[in-house]
Amino acid sequence: MLSRTADCLYWMARYTERAENTARMLDVNHQTSLLPQPAEFLEQSWKKLLTISKLEKLFLEKYDVLTRENVLDFMIYETSNPSSIVSCLFAARENARVIRGKITSEVWETQNTTWLELQRILESRKQTDQSRLLEWVKHRCHLFRGVMHGTMLKNEAFYFMSVGTLLERADNTARILETKYEDQAALKILRKDKEGKLVDGTDGNFFDFYHWAALLRSVSAFEIYRQIYSDQVTPKQVAQLLIFNKQMPRSLVCCVNELIPLIAEMKNQQSKEIERLLGKLKASLDYSDIDEVFSQGLEEFIEEFLERINHIADEFSNTYLIPLAVA
Amino acid sequence: MKLPFDEMLDASGKARPHYQVFHNWLKQQSDTLMGLKRAEADLIFRRVGITFAVYGDDLGSERTIPFDQVPRIFAAKEWERLEAGLRQRVKALNRFIYDVYHEEDIIKAGIIPAEQIYNNAQYRPEMRNVNVPRDIYAQIAGIDIVRAGEGEFYVLEDNLRVPSGVSYMVEDRKMMMRLFPDLFQKYRVAPVEHYPDFLLECLKSVKPDDVKKPNVVVLTPGMYNSAYFEHSYLAQQMGVELVEGKDLFVKNEQVFMRTTQGPERVDVIYRRVDDDFLDPLAFRSDSTLGVAGLLSAHRAGNVTLANAIGTGIADDKSIYPYVPDMIEFYLGEKPILNNVPTFQCRKPDDLAYTLANLDKLVVKLTHGAGGYGMLVGPASSKAEIEEFRRHLITNPDKYIAQPTLALSTCPTFVESGVAPRHIDLRPFVLSGKTIKMVPGGLTRVALKEGSLVVNSSQGGGTKDTWVLEE
Repeated sequence: MLSRTADCLYWMARYTERAENTARMLDVNHQTSLLPQPAEFLEQSWKKLLTISKLEKLFLEKYDVLTRENVLDFMIYETSNPSSIVSCLFAARENARVIRGKITSEVWETQNTTWLELQRILESRKQTDQSRLLEWVKHRCHLFRGVMHGTMLKNEAFYFMSVGTLLERADNTARILETKYEDQAALKILRKDKEGKLVDGTDGNFFDFYHWAALLRSVSAFEIYRQIYSDQVTPKQVAQLLIFNKQMPRSLVCCVNELIPLIAEMKNQQSKEIERLLGKLKASLDYSDIDEVFSQGLEEFIEEFLERINHIADEFSNTYLIPLAVA
Repeated sequence: MKLPFDEMLDASGKARPHYQVFHNWLKQQSDTLMGLKRAEADLIFRRVGITFAVYGDDLGSERTIPFDQVPRIFAAKEWERLEAGLRQRVKALNRFIYDVYHEEDIIKAGIIPAEQIYNNAQYRPEMRNVNVPRDIYAQIAGIDIVRAGEGEFYVLEDNLRVPSGVSYMVEDRKMMMRLFPDLFQKYRVAPVEHYPDFLLECLKSVKPDDVKKPNVVVLTPGMYNSAYFEHSYLAQQMGVELVEGKDLFVKNEQVFMRTTQGPERVDVIYRRVDDDFLDPLAFRSDSTLGVAGLLSAHRAGNVTLANAIGTGIADDKSIYPYVPDMIEFYLGEKPILNNVPTFQCRKPDDLAYTLANLDKLVVKLTHGAGGYGMLVGPASSKAEIEEFRRHLITNPDKYIAQPTLALSTCPTFVESGVAPRHIDLRPFVLSGKTIKMVPGGLTRVALKEGSLVVNSSQGGGTKDTWVLEE
């Protein structure tokens, strides 16, 4: 397969996954913003949405104030923001258009229809119900994956798309986990006023519950959590679920485990290194547990994971997507 | 002025025999239904993505080419003659290209003046004495044909560089079958969907001699080219790679593509990039669409380009008037298809005639394409004619003139209902081991009332073209 074709397949899948994850994060933030809480905290949570993807600077070039409306506008519609939903869906569709001959017409038509429907949504943007729009984005991305699994040959093209999806997903889950933990720390400080007394409306487990429940929902894991733990929502178990649970489709371990056989199928003269990196990452996850992560410090653990998974993504690019040197 | 020939109705307003069944069927269809079918067609074309990019718009504005649901129908006999004429013409054109790059018999015989060849920008001295497989230069030819009366066909233009539109021929058929399946039970319409098979067979048959299993690719300028859909469609239908210039490189006069498994040899390139942009080392150095060294690989015989470099010499409008002579010279046969009588403005007498009759003639740039740079005398204002006159006097060499043909019309569904609109036809002729064609071609229609310009870049649409089986 042409390296350029592989590149388009990979990015088509990555952008679709990113659009979905952006929609999830926005939806959850939108839901939690409806809860009673201090204004500063509210602002903080929208700001987090930007820092999570390192978009603060770009945002401030465009808007004066950080409000819910502005952030939603920026993250859904803004075309100068490469991570906005519109940009992601556009990029996914453009990549699909380039290699439409390499995907089934069903996959192509799904991507194309998503884009055409989005045009209509953009035309009546003022009347658009945000929650329904985000719901729609998630559905279209689910549909894309379903059609991909249901119609495509399980060949190289399929593998490149799968790798794109999984790398993006691992990255996104890790980032969501990281920011929500930072939130938690920020919350502890915000909760107390200058005299160290608790501020109204932030009292007790009630807020914790919603906070963690929101995080779980953003990765479709709230019901899964209940099913697995039948217990209160605690930070440690949430982290355990999202990092170590092998059955949870968005957990870090699950993404890494699914990547390994894919890469094995795609061997070429240069793929040794990426196999080694993935194997190492898998081993370090397999032989660790949540207690060790917490004693190391969760933030540090996540930082390290992000570094490693992005290193793997770079290595993947070098191995397959950037043409091999002339033999 | 007498009414133009109507494909469906004869002068008395009765349906011609091969249109009879369709005519009856059409009378039973309401305008509302036809309107709904048209909207459905547009929706499907958009969803499937049979569109072309509109330049200069951001976030990918795209348009569909209007599709008309009234087919253009040929009776079997009429097509037979056309097909024979096309085969003859393309055969002679390929012989001519071979000749001008080798022995130059036609110049020596005094049929075409030498300066008409050597001074032509389309003549590529790089191709002198270069041999190509089977001596075929234009593997894919799109010949534009118009009708002026019963059995009276004219070749308007030979497209031997990168003719496009064949994907619409196939997609229009699919669309007709989808919208009106019942019509295909009433008529036995010769199929066209196997065109990509013929194309692949043709491309493989012109492989370099030393290659056993040729690796064929389609070379596209990229997704922003207006014919990108077609490039990607043909590659997919043939099951070959669609490549851009940057995917290829040349080493030791051999062409390779960059794949996920390392470099892979390429043997036949169906290129949809113009000569000028093919190789920055040989032609335009600012081209980013081509492959450095491609010409050298082509000259060394290690890769076949379809069409070959330098075919433009045969489809240039200043060479066009000589095609009937070529047919007699190379094949010893009488031409089956007519040329439109052509005045070559480089000749003083012809120029004088043209200047005196600008309001009646069609004047064209010899190197123009796509309906640009031309004057349709009867349809132009005094001011437009005068402006053109100035161009003509300054640069007579660049123009030819032809009488305004009364192009035939075909009933077409327009806003006011079904009304006659002018049409032409572009059949595609494939030359490899043998010459092959699918019956019919792409019918283009000028949607504006009275307009004679059918190019999609100028607001033309397309129709399905039926050749009936006996």
